[in-house]
Amino acid sequence: MDVSLLTLILVISYLIILGLLAYQGYRGTKTATDYLVAGRKIHPFVMAMSYGATFISTSAIVGFGGAAAMFGMGLLWLTFLNIFVGILIAFVFLGSRTRAMGHHLNAHTFPELLGKRYHSRFLQVFAGCVIILFMPLYTSVVSMGAAKVIEVHLQTRYEVALFFFVAIVALYVTMGGLKGVMYTDALQGGIMFVGMIILLILTYVKLGGFIDAHQQLTNLAPEAQKLFGGAGHRGWTAMPTFGSPFWWILVSSIIMGVGIGVLAQPQLAVRYMTVRSRRELNRAVLIGGIFILAMTGIAFVVGALSNVFFFDDPKYGKIAFLAADKSIGNIIPLFINEYMPTWLGSIIVVTLLAAAMSTVSSQFHAMGSAAGRDVYEACSGTAASNERSILATRIGIILTLLVSFALAYILPIYFEGTGTAIIARGTAIFFGLCAATFLPMYVGALYSKGITKAGAISGGLVGFLVSAFWLLFIHQKESEALQICNLLFDKPSLTAGIKHGFIIWSEVDPLFVAFPLAIVTTIVVSLFTKTFSKEHVDNCFASLR
Amino acid sequence: MMLGMDDPWVAAAYILCVLSSLACVIYGALNWNKDGDTLAADDQTWDEDKFEEEF
Repeated sequence: MDVSLLTLILVISYLIILGLLAYQGYRGTKTATDYLVAGRKIHPFVMAMSYGATFISTSAIVGFGGAAAMFGMGLLWLTFLNIFVGILIAFVFLGSRTRAMGHHLNAHTFPELLGKRYHSRFLQVFAGCVIILFMPLYTSVVSMGAAKVIEVHLQTRYEVALFFFVAIVALYVTMGGLKGVMYTDALQGGIMFVGMIILLILTYVKLGGFIDAHQQLTNLAPEAQKLFGGAGHRGWTAMPTFGSPFWWILVSSIIMGVGIGVLAQPQLAVRYMTVRSRRELNRAVLIGGIFILAMTGIAFVVGALSNVFFFDDPKYGKIAFLAADKSIGNIIPLFINEYMPTWLGSIIVVTLLAAAMSTVSSQFHAMGSAAGRDVYEACSGTAASNERSILATRIGIILTLLVSFALAYILPIYFEGTGTAIIARGTAIFFGLCAATFLPMYVGALYSKGITKAGAISGGLVGFLVSAFWLLFIHQKESEALQICNLLFDKPSLTAGIKHGFIIWSEVDPLFVAFPLAIVTTIVVSLFTKTFSKEHVDNCFASLR
Repeated sequence: MMLGMDDPWVAAAYILCVLSSLACVIYGALNWNKDGDTLAADDQTWDEDKFEEEF
């Protein structure tokens, strides 16, 4: 059977099942609580798969898998953080308290939880605005990953693939609400799990087994050093030289940015509020721990090992980065197209589509609910009816969708062929921004009775503003592309070429500066400002006794 | 050379990924039936009218 026909049949079958599940979600959505937090009675398996499938997107598989082809297996430190911090710490220490406090305060979104806990409408609107303004960047790079896969495998134009991808997701999110999103996530998570396991097995088998495969990659180290040795690359089974530009990119932006940022992702935090009890969260830890290992662990190992395939193939005879014409986002799709059996290529296409759709659908839902619930309702000052609340959310989804689509169309024009892992970078920027802006006040909300309203607001503002300043004027990867620093100061970064010891300032990720400053600000301001009444604090913590 | 890797830091990451996943499985299994159905208890405390008014 022709591979395009097989892929087409699989994709259409997948979309039909998706439509049925989305319709199931639509039928079960009667109230704003159904639409925003899935009625708070979701099954633990569905919740765990939805959390995992939302967390893992084409950004993780195509974007970060491509980054692993560039930086090597050192990226597995991110997989470790994804599991240890993103699942174990997140569910055990944040999930159970978020669920209990969210239920008790009747919060339907992450910004609403912060707003009610700190008794601040400003905080709810501010958090909603951060989501509306910056999540489209994350959404657009995930959509880019999906559109690239469709473009390569179905031989369509990028913009056509992008349009159909975004339109299908928008349709089932606006209709089915969070129930539709989570039901389809569970299906998509299952497809992703099977597809990635097959990919791992075939990759290791083709390279002669586990140790042999790693050894062949280790033997390629001189190729990495020849090309990127000056930037600190020591080979694909070694960490880059400590303090080198490659080390800073890998450790500060990719590993720490995403590894810590996951704790304050609005679209993930809202999932804690969709289950009945802590028991469901305990069960989700088991499923999530296996799922994340099977997703990012496999993507990073296969991404790094793709170098052996490309280098040993007479058709290419060079490393993955060069074989894919210096486009990091194209490495994984090209690898699957060239070295995996055609039937698996078709399954992987559906796997990657599922990975992208499950993440983008949750992002649209988070952006829509931020626009409808957190900005429109909070600013209008009255609780809207169920119908108006859902309508406002749906309008929010459509507006943020258009911005995301435009960004996904423009970004490849700017970054392709520059060696910038734009899909991975776009994700890391959003994760880092969320960590610096939300994490201090979020942890404080759940664990401290002493954080004041002024402390939470000032910590959030400092985290946000320092991150923005660092992206615009210091971190050269972004400041150079955004051009504002160049226009004002005639150089790509204010710290270009400045180095103190092992610190290369223009390579230090915003998270390393903004996050500690936000924590200090939150604590210091709280020490000197008016605390909440005992009644308010007792009410907030009533469900945590 | 550990696991065919050049750098023990990378081999350590590989092993820690598997161990942390195992830790999740053990935690989930040990707590499989703990803390069930607390939403019903929350429902009683759902304060809500007073809090909405305040907010």
